[in-house]
Amino acid sequence: MKSLVSVRNLTRVFDVSKPWLNRVIERRPKAMLTAVSDVSFEIPEREVYALVGESGSGKSTIGKMIVGLLNPSEGSVEIDGVDLSRETDADKIDAVRSDIQMIFQDPFASLNPRWKVRDIIAEPVAARGGDTAGLSEKLLEQVGLSAEDAGKFPHEFSGGQRQRICIARALASEPKLIVCDEPTSALDVSVQAQVLNLMSDLKDEFGLTYLFISHDLTVVQHMADKIGVLYLGRLVEEADPDTLFERPAHPYSQMLLAAAPRMDGFGREVVPPKGEIPDPINPPPGCAFNPRCPLAIPLCLQERPELRDVDGARVACHRAEEALARMRDRIEA
Amino acid sequence: MSEPVLSVRNLVVEIPTRTGVLKPVDRVSYDIAPGEILGVVGESGAGKSMTGNAVIGLLDRPARITGGEILLHGRRIDDLGRDDMRRIRGKEIGMVFQDPLTSLNPLLRIGDQLTETMVEHLDLTADEARDRAIAALDEVGIPAAASRIDSYPHEFSGGMRQRVVIALALCAEPALVIADEPTTALDVSVQAQIIALLKRLCRERGTAVMLVTHDMGVIAEAVDRVAVMYAGRLAELGAVREVLQRPRHPYTEGLMGSTPLASRGQRRLRQIPGSMPRLGNLPDGCAFYPRCPKAQEACRVEPGPTLAADQGRAACWFPVEQPEAAE
Repeated sequence: MKSLVSVRNLTRVFDVSKPWLNRVIERRPKAMLTAVSDVSFEIPEREVYALVGESGSGKSTIGKMIVGLLNPSEGSVEIDGVDLSRETDADKIDAVRSDIQMIFQDPFASLNPRWKVRDIIAEPVAARGGDTAGLSEKLLEQVGLSAEDAGKFPHEFSGGQRQRICIARALASEPKLIVCDEPTSALDVSVQAQVLNLMSDLKDEFGLTYLFISHDLTVVQHMADKIGVLYLGRLVEEADPDTLFERPAHPYSQMLLAAAPRMDGFGREVVPPKGEIPDPINPPPGCAFNPRCPLAIPLCLQERPELRDVDGARVACHRAEEALARMRDRIEA
Repeated sequence: MSEPVLSVRNLVVEIPTRTGVLKPVDRVSYDIAPGEILGVVGESGAGKSMTGNAVIGLLDRPARITGGEILLHGRRIDDLGRDDMRRIRGKEIGMVFQDPLTSLNPLLRIGDQLTETMVEHLDLTADEARDRAIAALDEVGIPAAASRIDSYPHEFSGGMRQRVVIALALCAEPALVIADEPTTALDVSVQAQIIALLKRLCRERGTAVMLVTHDMGVIAEAVDRVAVMYAGRLAELGAVREVLQRPRHPYTEGLMGSTPLASRGQRRLRQIPGSMPRLGNLPDGCAFYPRCPKAQEACRVEPGPTLAADQGRAACWFPVEQPEAAE
């Protein structure tokens, strides 16, 4: 299948140094934070690709680079064959830009409180001089609100309804790709179900492609066709949901899945994971997970593992086979 | 069952407003036994945090308790004055809030914050308190506690800060800890660490814990009994396994069904139509009836039966019939 988005060797480094004078006086070097490091993946048309990871894993930074809110330090993002950060043909850039939209986490912060809902939703089209007559009303009905709501202000809506307005706005310019950054994290469970169902329906109806960014493994398992697990800015495992949740191959994925609370885990005694995510300014040498990994060998401290095919998944681990075998033993025991 | 640490009886909290009196907590009753973790779940605005705040006497005005009683070890605490309540808060009831950064003073070293609490409530000198503070930090799993006791809160990560807050809540050895969304701001792996810590401390010391959360997974793994709240009222109360696997209240059933885990393998998630009514706009009768698939005429007129702390499971006229457990 044709891929709509292809991300190659994407890297983003932020300069988090103190001001020049402080560095001179305190004799400190520049501090560089690598938020995303050498990440590559493809999103086929009409599929849902999910990025999961804990805070600081770089998932939102990747999302921002894909929509063009941030420029990559290295590597490239191609959408429909166009690299937005290098393309010079203004018409091509324009055409691709209107194919991408974004939905943010906080529906209270992402809607202008002084604008009427009608203007908010029509803005992506109005900004390009398109025809907006009746557009907002039509979209509001498509996301399960009523046409009369177009004359109201954002404060008149609940969190779930606001997220529907954000979705309507994202649909206005008839995009191909929607980047959803934690779209339901601020919502209650029952409202979350409504919004996720709506997103699935719209995907089928308009043939959308989603990049779905979330820290909630259960939501990702439900929505995604393919999942990429990030750790400290690196893609450590990529697999379809069934493979990932049944036999996670990377020790970090295994740790993450074991730690996630389960609805049927009554009185389950979780062996809590050791340690925390290391400092991204001075990441550990070799594999970033080696200080917390139960299977680490000297090689893991020396050489950063590349993504390779292991049993139906792509895994960046020197010891993926051992990790899988250990997983199987534990399930049998 | 042993004497409960906390008994809440028919608690009513009211907020007078220009347009009428709101009842964010309406006739809520429950008990917590020593060593027991009671989970309180519900959606935002259901009154979970308000119930907790009423127990520790931290209701923001104009909200106030207008009915019912709160008993700690059989002694009424809801009618105490400010100074008496101060003596209980921190000593007999500990608190853990959602955001560890706002519950620690950024200008004080964490050691000073711990010793302040202990000197205030326990009969200790500053040196003794410092030793106990180090022991307390050690117990919640902060590495090199003796050297980190003089650090400021900003020098800790989110998970470590929440451990400090837990140490702070437990340092005067309270009989009851109220944990209000203690892991909501944390990552999954850190959340697992904090929940394991709370469970261990609760088991070892026999502390009663009221765990307020909206995460069903956390509820399933951590608590013994669960109270489900809807629009200020108790919808269902019972042993966690019973409530989660065989919910009797249609709201609990809908809530469980709408989690992605419960709909595993299905294309669509089950959803409850509509949303929770605003407090100023509650329907007569049962607050859930406009969204309820089983609503009948009686539900429109009469609110569901009020749950007593020790009997009844669901505040519903037509509870869901669940097949008896075949275990």
